[in-house]
Amino acid sequence: MGKAVAIIGTGQTKHGRRSDVCYPDLVKEAVSAALMDAGITLKDIDGVVLGTMPSMMEGVSSTHFYFAEAMGAVGKPVMKVETCGSTGQSIGHCGFFWVASGMADIVLVVGSEKMSEGDGQATMTTVFDPFFQRTFAAGAPGVFTMQSMEWMYRFKIPEEKGREAAAMISVSNHDNAMDNPYAHIRTRVTMDDVKNARVITYPVRLLDVCPASDGACAVVFASERTAKKICKKPAWIKGLGFRGEEFFYGESDKAIWMSATEAAKEAYQQAGIRNPMKQLDVAELYNPFTYQEMIFYECFGFCPRGEAPDYVLKGAFKKGGQLPCCPSGGTLCTNPIGATGLIRLAEAALQVTGKAGARQVEGAKLALSHAMGGVDQFNAVTILGSKL
Amino acid sequence: MSKEEYRIVKGQVMVPYELALGRTWSEFYDYLKEEKIMGKKCGKCSRVLVPPRSFCPRCFEDMDEWVEVSQEGVVETWVYVNMPFFAQEIKIPFISAQIRLDGSDTGFIHQVAGIDLSDFDSVRETVKLGGRVKAVWSKEKKGNILDIAYFEPVK
Amino acid sequence: MAKEYRTIRNDVALPYQWALGKTWPRFFDGLKEEKIRGTKCADCGRVYVPARTFCPVCFTDMTQWVDVKPEGKIVTWTLVREKYYGQVKEPPYVVALIKLDGADCGFSHFIGGFDLSDAKQVRQKLKTGAKVKAVWSPEKKADIHDIVCFAPVK
Repeated sequence: MGKAVAIIGTGQTKHGRRSDVCYPDLVKEAVSAALMDAGITLKDIDGVVLGTMPSMMEGVSSTHFYFAEAMGAVGKPVMKVETCGSTGQSIGHCGFFWVASGMADIVLVVGSEKMSEGDGQATMTTVFDPFFQRTFAAGAPGVFTMQSMEWMYRFKIPEEKGREAAAMISVSNHDNAMDNPYAHIRTRVTMDDVKNARVITYPVRLLDVCPASDGACAVVFASERTAKKICKKPAWIKGLGFRGEEFFYGESDKAIWMSATEAAKEAYQQAGIRNPMKQLDVAELYNPFTYQEMIFYECFGFCPRGEAPDYVLKGAFKKGGQLPCCPSGGTLCTNPIGATGLIRLAEAALQVTGKAGARQVEGAKLALSHAMGGVDQFNAVTILGSKL
Repeated sequence: MSKEEYRIVKGQVMVPYELALGRTWSEFYDYLKEEKIMGKKCGKCSRVLVPPRSFCPRCFEDMDEWVEVSQEGVVETWVYVNMPFFAQEIKIPFISAQIRLDGSDTGFIHQVAGIDLSDFDSVRETVKLGGRVKAVWSKEKKGNILDIAYFEPVK
Repeated sequence: MAKEYRTIRNDVALPYQWALGKTWPRFFDGLKEEKIRGTKCADCGRVYVPARTFCPVCFTDMTQWVDVKPEGKIVTWTLVREKYYGQVKEPPYVVALIKLDGADCGFSHFIGGFDLSDAKQVRQKLKTGAKVKAVWSPEKKADIHDIVCFAPVK
């Protein structure tokens, strides 16, 4: 895995509709918070990694140049990585690679999106191939709903049962977001609210879908020596995995979903995890859609294939359950896409260092963070621990 | 700070593209004009891919063999789209579907139509996972994916 | 095979609503009053035009506003004669970086107010370091086009 690497600071903006700031100022808000949390200044940073969604999300290409000042990247090596929704995790991985290789001591990783400024679904549709599939694409909801339908059909999950479990996921994520001061959507919803909400892409309804958020997140990665010297409670990177699939939708099996399954397996192997349900204390999944969250539970080995709805209905993943998932309220309540995967990582770091405030899972020592991107194409997992 | 100080500037970015179809896809669209759906078969793993590819993504081998597949297939998954966005090509509501055409080994993405889409409950009765659908051709062929107008449920 | 390899035309158009944040509205409102406003860093003393929220060098927030002169010196320039899709202006036109008096950074805008059809003549007229002055639009919209261009000062 290379040299040991720790997260020594995280920063997030207040997420939501942030028409009060221009885009670079939004980024700076997260960067300043992360520097303060880590107790360092820009001078201490050796390199900067940025990630956003497809560049045209906000109408400015090559956002790493746009934010050079806001990230303090002037005069430093800077790189941009984008893997659609999994961008936030991919840039975290790059931060890790940079420090683990020994080429840098402290690296600043920044993810951001200002979804309110463009037409998210129109931009997302440009991710599809222009010759065959774009015509029928309906942005993210279209493809993720198709996947969920396929999954329910494959495992013979009655539509009613799937609906009930998905509604429960929506309710518990919304409840969790009430504990998160950074979350975009902070309102409680009931099972009936979810089941009667407007249909977006059947069977997915409005409250099964994440909001389009403005927000940024910054995370500071450091070498073992520096982390031990300047940070009281570092979060150690225990394992990471990333897998991609074919570009053409319809070619790989999305009900089993190799990329999610294998990315987790690789991360587990590095982290020495054999029984994730037992060993993990908390998980921050990338759950822009309630139904899809259940597919992740299965891919990550939290429960057998086809049984996620049963586990959900038993409350296994709720606060106080066997494995609390998304105590932050998750992607379902906050989704500035390029930042989202990094927010998962930052939230996992807060959990294993006991800094998660009202959303803290008591005594959390080992956490999984995750993001998914593209046309169901990429999955990335990072495991964090309180001990090296 | 007062509300009006949160000022918004409206803009639009327009960029033109001329995208090369390449040999395989040019030929695929020529076949569509003749109302044939053609796939390519991998000499190594024997999978038939529709849309065709110049090489097999799993074996990384060039694919030279054209195979005609059926114009009928099975709905592997579908979605009822009721969400508008800028410059959407098909008017909502519409149904996007993954169809496994008989004789092919991949899902083909297209729309299911030819039925009344205004009432969702009746759509739910007609469009089924695992149900059979059949290609309906556009009269005028333009050399794009809508030369197949849509797939309709087989009664 | 003599077959023609076809292309398809596929234009992408996307709409945006960009937030100006807390600093830029004040800059653009200044243009309406024919004033060019910058912000000054309390740490390093640099004046930035257009105004910024924070100093890119010191990373500190800037709260001090200063008006700079609507005139300055050409740092560099070029005559654009190439056409492209969605271009802001019909060529020929001159884009330039101008160091306004009182500012510590370059300001991007057009240079105009004279005949640009002959490149040689333009070259003779425009020299690096030459003085230019803002030409204001009679109609103000609180955007960068409230300044039509900068014209050489005789």
